[in-house]
Amino acid sequence: MGLSGNHNQAEICVIGGGVVGLSVALGLIRNGHQVCVLDESDLAFRASRGNFGLVWVQGKGDSLAQYAQISRRSARLWQPLAKRLQADTGIDIQLQQKGGLFFCLTEAELQARKQMLSQMQVAVGGDYPFEVLDLQQLRELEPEAGPEVAGATWFPEDGHLNPLLFFRALTDSFLKQGGQIIHSGTVSDIRALTQGFQIQTSQNGLWQCQKVVLCAGLGNQILAPMLGLNAPVVPNRGQVLISERVKPFLTYPTGHVRQTGEGTVQIGDSKEDVGFDSGTRIEVMAKIANRARKMYPILNRVRLVRAWGALRVMTPDGYPIYQQSEVHRNAYLVTCHSGITLGALHEGPIADWISQGSTDLPLEVFNDQRFKL
Amino acid sequence: MTKSSVPDTQGDSQYDLIIIGAGPAGMAAASTAAREGLTVALMDEQCSVGGQIYRAIQHTALQYQQILGADYYAGQTLLAAFEQQLNAEQSQITYLPNSMVWSVEDDLVVSFSSGEISHRLRAKKVLLATGAMERPVAFPGWTLPGVMTCGAAQILLKQSALAPAAPLVLAGSGPLLLLIAAQLNRAGVAITAVLDTTPKGRYLKAAKYLWGALKNPILLKKGLGLLQELKKSGIRYERQVSDLKAIACEQGIQLEQVQFSVSGKVQQIDCNSLLVHQGVVPNVQLSRALGLAHQWQALQQCWSPVRDTWGQSSHADIFIAGDGGGIAGAVAAECQGQLAALKIAEQLERINPQVLVQQTRPIQRILAKQLSIRPFLDQLYQPAEAFLKPLGDTIVCRCEEISADQIRKIAAQGVAGPNQAKAFCRAGMGPCQGRMCGLTVANLIADEQNRTVEAVGYYQIRSPIKPLTLSELADLAD
Amino acid sequence: MTNVSNFKRLPSRHDASVTVFVEGQAVQVQAHDSAAAAILAAGLGHSRTTPITGSGRAPYCMMGVCFECLVEIDGQANTQGCMTLVREGMQIKRQQQARLLTDSQHD
Ligand SMILES: Cc1cc2nc3c(=O)[nH]c(=O)nc-3n(C[C@H](O)[C@H](O)[C@H](O)COP(=O)(O)OP(=O)(O)OC[C@H]3O[C@@H](n4cnc5c(N)ncnc54)[C@H](O)[C@@H]3O)c2cc1C
Ligand SMILES: Cc1cc2nc3c(=O)[nH]c(=O)nc-3n(C[C@H](O)[C@H](O)[C@H](O)COP(=O)(O)OP(=O)(O)OC[C@H]3O[C@@H](n4cnc5c(N)ncnc54)[C@H](O)[C@@H]3O)c2cc1C
Ligand code: FES
Repeated sequence: MGLSGNHNQAEICVIGGGVVGLSVALGLIRNGHQVCVLDESDLAFRASRGNFGLVWVQGKGDSLAQYAQISRRSARLWQPLAKRLQADTGIDIQLQQKGGLFFCLTEAELQARKQMLSQMQVAVGGDYPFEVLDLQQLRELEPEAGPEVAGATWFPEDGHLNPLLFFRALTDSFLKQGGQIIHSGTVSDIRALTQGFQIQTSQNGLWQCQKVVLCAGLGNQILAPMLGLNAPVVPNRGQVLISERVKPFLTYPTGHVRQTGEGTVQIGDSKEDVGFDSGTRIEVMAKIANRARKMYPILNRVRLVRAWGALRVMTPDGYPIYQQSEVHRNAYLVTCHSGITLGALHEGPIADWISQGSTDLPLEVFNDQRFKL
Repeated sequence: MTKSSVPDTQGDSQYDLIIIGAGPAGMAAASTAAREGLTVALMDEQCSVGGQIYRAIQHTALQYQQILGADYYAGQTLLAAFEQQLNAEQSQITYLPNSMVWSVEDDLVVSFSSGEISHRLRAKKVLLATGAMERPVAFPGWTLPGVMTCGAAQILLKQSALAPAAPLVLAGSGPLLLLIAAQLNRAGVAITAVLDTTPKGRYLKAAKYLWGALKNPILLKKGLGLLQELKKSGIRYERQVSDLKAIACEQGIQLEQVQFSVSGKVQQIDCNSLLVHQGVVPNVQLSRALGLAHQWQALQQCWSPVRDTWGQSSHADIFIAGDGGGIAGAVAAECQGQLAALKIAEQLERINPQVLVQQTRPIQRILAKQLSIRPFLDQLYQPAEAFLKPLGDTIVCRCEEISADQIRKIAAQGVAGPNQAKAFCRAGMGPCQGRMCGLTVANLIADEQNRTVEAVGYYQIRSPIKPLTLSELADLAD
Repeated sequence: MTNVSNFKRLPSRHDASVTVFVEGQAVQVQAHDSAAAAILAAGLGHSRTTPITGSGRAPYCMMGVCFECLVEIDGQANTQGCMTLVREGMQIKRQQQARLLTDSQHD
């Protein structure tokens, strides 16, 4: 059976319209393809709508040098991508890469972190420019750091952006260049045809395409086996608090607190294994708030205007999966935890790999077989 | 209570029943439940009981009772019954004023803030009696100082004996518009004009519900009486008003004029105060944050939490009484408060099923009468399309200053729904947490995408439902 | 203070026996008044400017749902004026756009 005329058709279907799906989809358009993104409805689980907005490098890949490598590569690709998005859509995604801080509240925490980053430095042969700051040095960068803070680690390549504006800019740019986003409901079945694939959606009937890319976040777990792929991803909840707008008082993002371009202070985030529950819990929010005020006591009187929970997409080892199906060569799987940090990589070399079939990225280590015994 | 009390979530409940909201529904529920021997905590973010209709009933500022009228002072009876229970020797009621409830969780832990300190309490049952708010309708200029809601002006009358600056214009639709105009008029406040935006043909449409309305002739008569009262006093009364617009003074910082059309003719009236009103809608912030089931009320053009005839919601231990569960007015709210309290007493085995039936029958009769007129009123006073679906640069989200066009543009691109729209343009992300824009944003998406508002859905609301200081939340950590 | 817009007191059962300061100016108000009522009685006009465009806003709903009445009360920024009762000597100031965080505010 080949492609027939009775179905919705696209050259490439990307399943999942979060930041991972849209980054890849935009990169595929850049490569000249005709792309359709199939996505669920307004209330689906979307890590892309609930994340912290860090373009983060320090400490990433402490047990896998290739992960450190691709994270840094992505960070370097970010400025040109942000510029392109702005030129395309007029949206400034508030990207700043002036460096980032990781606060440690105890001396022991600081020493452990120092050791971890030193090992990473050795692993990459020295080119890993982190610094360890004591409280006094830290206060030269962030005067509001609190007396209970032991110190921080600093990494010049870290940064942050507004993840929602990024999401919006991806959407606008993709649509503007002829991409299609279909709120098709849940994709429940994908079948390989002699040529291409047939995709069953819950609200938009059948779709047919030549190439399919799975970027469905937590949905990948169910979809991957249909294409001979393996995506044992599980949800991990993160809760985030956000304050009223305040005049700028923080210069650098940290792992737990950052001031956004709007002036709001974003305060995160928990890591909880609670299954498919994206709600908020007061005990957890209280802990998050408590940590934040130790970092910056000035936050005590700030008003929190919103809170949310969102589900991270976690693989068993925390590293991404980039896999071309061994069974159906035109099927790909892209899933990761840090979809903001890796956004530029996905729009760039990852999309190129899917388009062209080859890459200089060390993708072998991110294969989907590593979770099989 | 001085210390934040974090209940042991495995442990005992401190109360049989926590009631949130001390309007007619909450007060009646508290009195009834206490009478049946339940321990009750009644919380309200206001400094005194009464809710919206009976606002400041313990200390009404206005000297002359005829201004607010008998329906307002009827609240004193309710108050007396409540105070009797509250002040009884072994009172079962703990009344917590100035207590803003910012979270109710599935396990019936209620978190509230009082004087910027948060406390947590747990109950066997929770009753939401959080009432209604005036429907937020966006129209050009509604953010200008000088424009406020009719309800706001009424609150100022009741609580502070304050009347808006002249010249004064009222605009909108619905029984409350007429009531508040009449109250201001009785207070001797000069009203330059009342602009009735009820669209043409509504009486005809509503006529099919007249039968139900006639079951409650007193209420019907009251409405007509208000209209006559206004006319008699010679106030300019314009009908079928459209294209309402508040116009600023030259510096742009204050209202100077209201503009509108009648039969296609554009007119202006100079004014320093413009009071607007387009009916009331349930305040669903808590029921939404709890994830309770909600349904779309097509006639009332709003969402309400699903509840059975006792007020039981989709969560077996959470009840809803009063306008927070669907608009039916103060008398109905009181009945619903009593019914919920009695059902809860039965579930907690304080009264037996026969007593429940006996006690509730008369209440149900009164309630039925109150409910019978609603479809007529709802149809008659359904806001005109233009108020539900604003155009152009009219601000929709007041907090984040997002216009109708901005939302329409995102909607036209095919945005999945209000939550994705919120993520894309920040509508609903400000301190009001979408209370003022939620319905409008859904309406605009529906309009652009040719979907029903019901299908489009609503914002996902999360606790805390009102802003808290960080230290207040952090203090709950230990 | 422009007084075209101020609310007028009708015959009341209470005395205006509490003094508050609206933008530094003494105003006599009643004990059951909210800070938002005091602002309106004083004819302040706009009581805040938005953090985004700086446009002027004033209390809109008086019942705690619109957050247009955000003002600085006794040094605490972005406080809901309509939900705060007046106290003798209370200092009520316009909320000018986004607040400035200062540590002196913490007790
Ligand atoms: C609290 C928190 C903080 C975070 N902070 C950061 C950070 O600072 N920096 C960073 O880089 N990353 C961060 N992340 C991670 C980042 O948000 C995610 O990596 C990224 O959003 C994942 O994007 P995604 O598109 O894979 O998943 P999602 O956003 O979850 O999108 C998946 C999409 O697929 C759709 N879908 C699923 N199943 C199906 C199906 N069967 N059919 C059709 N569609 C389907 C869903 O509807 C959804 O739209 C954070 C995450 C969380 C939760
Ligand atoms: C501004 C306004 C004015 C009105 N005036 C009249 C009138 O004059 N005549 C008339 O017939 N009808 C009037 N109504 C209609 C009104 O809804 C009903 O008449 C009646 O007040 C409904 O009673 P209730 O008990 O359901 O709710 P309400 O009387 O609204 O009481 C709800 C109470 O819950 C409290 N509350 C809400 N959320 C929380 C929270 N999170 N934490 C703590 N407390 C909370 C509120 O402070 C309020 O006191 C008015 C409505 C509004 C909005
Ligand atoms: S005036 Fe609306 S919240 Fe105070």
